[in-house]
Amino acid sequence: MYSDKVMDHFTNPRNVGEIENASGVGTVGNAKCGDIMRIYLDIDENQVIRDCKFKTFGCGAAVATSSMATELVIGKTIQEAMEVTNKAVMEALDGLPPVKVHCSLLAEEAIHAALWDYAEKNGIRIEGLEKPKTDISETDEEEEY
Amino acid sequence: MIYLDNAATTKTAPQVVEAMLPYFTELYGNPSSVYKIAGESKKGVTKAREQIAQVLGAKTEDIYFTAGGSEADNWALKATFEALKGKGNHIITTKIEHHAILHTCEYLEQKRGAKITYLDVDADGLIDLEELERAITPETILISVMFANNEIGTIEPIKEIGAIAKKHGVLFHTDAVQAFGQVPINVDECNIDMLSSSGHKINGPKGIGFLYIRKGVKIRSFVHGGAQERKRRAGTENVPGIVGYGAAAQLANETMAERTAREIELRDYLIGRIKAEIPTCKLNGHPVKRLPNNVNFSFEFIEGESLLILLDMAGICASSGSACTSGSLDPSHVLLAIGLPHEIAHGSLRLTLSAETTKEDIDFTVDKIKEIVTRLRSMSPLYEDYAAGKSKSIIETKYC
Repeated sequence: MYSDKVMDHFTNPRNVGEIENASGVGTVGNAKCGDIMRIYLDIDENQVIRDCKFKTFGCGAAVATSSMATELVIGKTIQEAMEVTNKAVMEALDGLPPVKVHCSLLAEEAIHAALWDYAEKNGIRIEGLEKPKTDISETDEEEEY
Repeated sequence: MIYLDNAATTKTAPQVVEAMLPYFTELYGNPSSVYKIAGESKKGVTKAREQIAQVLGAKTEDIYFTAGGSEADNWALKATFEALKGKGNHIITTKIEHHAILHTCEYLEQKRGAKITYLDVDADGLIDLEELERAITPETILISVMFANNEIGTIEPIKEIGAIAKKHGVLFHTDAVQAFGQVPINVDECNIDMLSSSGHKINGPKGIGFLYIRKGVKIRSFVHGGAQERKRRAGTENVPGIVGYGAAAQLANETMAERTAREIELRDYLIGRIKAEIPTCKLNGHPVKRLPNNVNFSFEFIEGESLLILLDMAGICASSGSACTSGSLDPSHVLLAIGLPHEIAHGSLRLTLSAETTKEDIDFTVDKIKEIVTRLRSMSPLYEDYAAGKSKSIIETKYC
């Protein structure tokens, strides 16, 4: 059901772990829905993301999107990191099954949450960044009889 | 490959395949036709009906073949409702039924004006018999309670339920898809009026099942057409499937005592090792009143689908009640009904053994589960918080 890229990032996830004294940390999702992502950012004085680590509770797609999101933001400026959307994460993974698209939204949201934390700590404003929702949930589709 | 998903489906037994083969290329006649090979087909069907009836202590003519367990469940509920709606519109069932029952009840409720009571279950998955009796009203036409649960393996007090149904003059249906051939069943002792079963759960072929309907039970035909199955279920018989099902039922019945004793021993060994060797885990389902081959655990801080993919890579086939494996965002309704919080339900793993499962298989599987759980926990923010003392374990707080 998953692409080779998703399987690769799930079985060999990049940048798993924590960053001590991180510049920004964001946790999104909820255990009720079965996905929680935590992103750590290490941002230098030029606002470039030097390092990014993650921890995820969730399915194969949740782990893979977290892993890919960390790869996509490392080396980017905080403004460039804003362009790492869920679509970009999905494309980089060669797509996700429809029921797993919310995992990529969670990855985008986790990056934004960590950037928000960084912005708040440093009293700056990042163009286009809004206060992240900590709780992303979806409603089931109505069943037909 | 270590196949531990025998509640999903089983390997068709070689003896079963052998019994079926002649009915494809030699004895392919339509049982309704008059010539000799058709007579052979008819004999094959009759023999299978006898083989199955014997397992249940039922009359041969009370076995009606269907295309599977889901059809049998749909038939029992919809056709009973149709036949008895002049008497009442109330059906009692449980929150842990298979979707073939639950979604049929929802349909009857939303589109046909039925009133459905969904009984709660306790933390082990057992219904409360007093609650069942209290739920019966003059409008109650049917009680449908599964014999044994497909996810957590809990075996319901079927004999007691049958006695209550009889006392109140209410029909009793049981979905025995997981129990048939696994635990002894006698339809008379348990006052069962209708019983659903499926061939592929007991080393028989897929696409065949039956509904037992006690003589005298008013129930409408489900498939209209020819005169097959005493005019109650039309359509040319799936002769090879029926023959295979009969052979599988006989085999399951003959080997039941020895096979299940061995499975129970392996099951309890597996449960014991996981409990002793993996912290913050919980056995789901009743410890003793459970199917001989069912093991179901929740591992806190991890998610089931991840566990399944990594087990698959280690050559182990299993299943989970996590949302990601259900195709929705909610975890298994059964795990929620026994009171598990969502996050614990998401981390569930079901292992269902077969006669072929060995102790070596179990040992290898436990070793792999330990490895994978540790690995997934090292990646889990929930475990990070628990390990840092920032949050408590739900399993340790609530279940120990």
